[in-house]
Amino acid sequence: MRLHLLALLAKEPAHGYELKQALEQTFGSAYPSPNIGQIYVTLGRLEKDGLVRSVGVEQSNRPNKKVYYLTAKGRDVLHLWVDEPTEGPRVRDEFFMKLVLAPMTGIADRMVLINRQRRHYLSLMKDLNELLDRTPPEDKIATLLIEGAMLHLQADLDWLERCQEDLS
Amino acid sequence: MSDEPVLKAVNLVKIYSDGAVPVPAVRGVDLQVEAGEFVAVMGPSGSGKSTLVHMLGGLDKRTSGEIWLDGQRADTLSESAWALLRRKKIGFVFQFFNLVANMTVADNVELPALLAGASTKEARERRESLLDALNLTGRADAAPAQLSGGEQQRVALARALANQPSVLLADEPTGNLDSRNTRDVLRLLGQVHKDGQTIVMVTHDARVAALADRVVSLLDGEIVDDGRLSRPRRRTVGEVIDLR
Repeated sequence: MRLHLLALLAKEPAHGYELKQALEQTFGSAYPSPNIGQIYVTLGRLEKDGLVRSVGVEQSNRPNKKVYYLTAKGRDVLHLWVDEPTEGPRVRDEFFMKLVLAPMTGIADRMVLINRQRRHYLSLMKDLNELLDRTPPEDKIATLLIEGAMLHLQADLDWLERCQEDLS
Repeated sequence: MSDEPVLKAVNLVKIYSDGAVPVPAVRGVDLQVEAGEFVAVMGPSGSGKSTLVHMLGGLDKRTSGEIWLDGQRADTLSESAWALLRRKKIGFVFQFFNLVANMTVADNVELPALLAGASTKEARERRESLLDALNLTGRADAAPAQLSGGEQQRVALARALANQPSVLLADEPTGNLDSRNTRDVLRLLGQVHKDGQTIVMVTHDARVAALADRVVSLLDGEIVDDGRLSRPRRRTVGEVIDLR
């Protein structure tokens, strides 16, 4: 979350709660709502590392609130993050290890493992269908996030089919 | 007919023997589809899924085994008697839309109802309500070639539903569509299923399969898995799949 907060602060200084709201507004219903405690902990660490600084702003009949802003060092780190290529999602090797190793032990049959995994993926896809249904199409960021997850699941299922053809 | 399955296959076998060596495509499939069920048929190419669905609809002749439709044995009927039964009880959608090119959209959709014995008035009313549900009313007088692929597939779906079939059989209905049009067809299938339509659909598209209540997996012409999918849980995308 460190770099996500830096990116939001590059736009404008903000206090913790505003950052939480900005994340929610940007990513919409598709993204898990960020925990405010985690945001404050992360901001504290960023400040300790010199990537952000804070000033106290007086509020009438409330304790001061801390407004965070990006330092030059913070901006450099953000630039590095944006400019470097991003690792693709990893292959789900956990299931593959089960598939290869479990039959050797006599614990499980490959066909059973593959069938169970297929049902699991399709149930996840059902959840994503449901999620897409209740996401308004004008919420483009959330829609793209869901569609991305669907394409990954489709690839997992296609690969499962390949495993079934060649290993059973 | 309440406890009678809509569709039943008993030890269904298809062997293609046109070549030098007979090729078994479907090797003893038992399947029972209850009223209102949505069954997705999945499996690698060459696993026999298209052959199975074509046989169930009488488009491909079985080598042995039984096919029952609404409690009536269908595979022992004469070709013409089965064709008659098919017009009344089965709707078909394919990957390529197979619309009649020199007929309007409206006539394409009305034709199956008329063939199934509906009156002109009934066929027109049914066509109007279907095209309306598919947001195609404005295209009723167009020729199929004037429509986009997604629109043609929606028309094909309307046509398949025009005779209010006992079962809708579909073979890769979204196989030729981009993701936006797939989404339209998906929404529609979900809708007709919710309204009680029995559906058996071959698909490799997991989004389409995930609409089903039950998934049948084929491998080398045999059913290797047949199970119900759990109901969807309301979650966020991060809870469903970790993208990183």
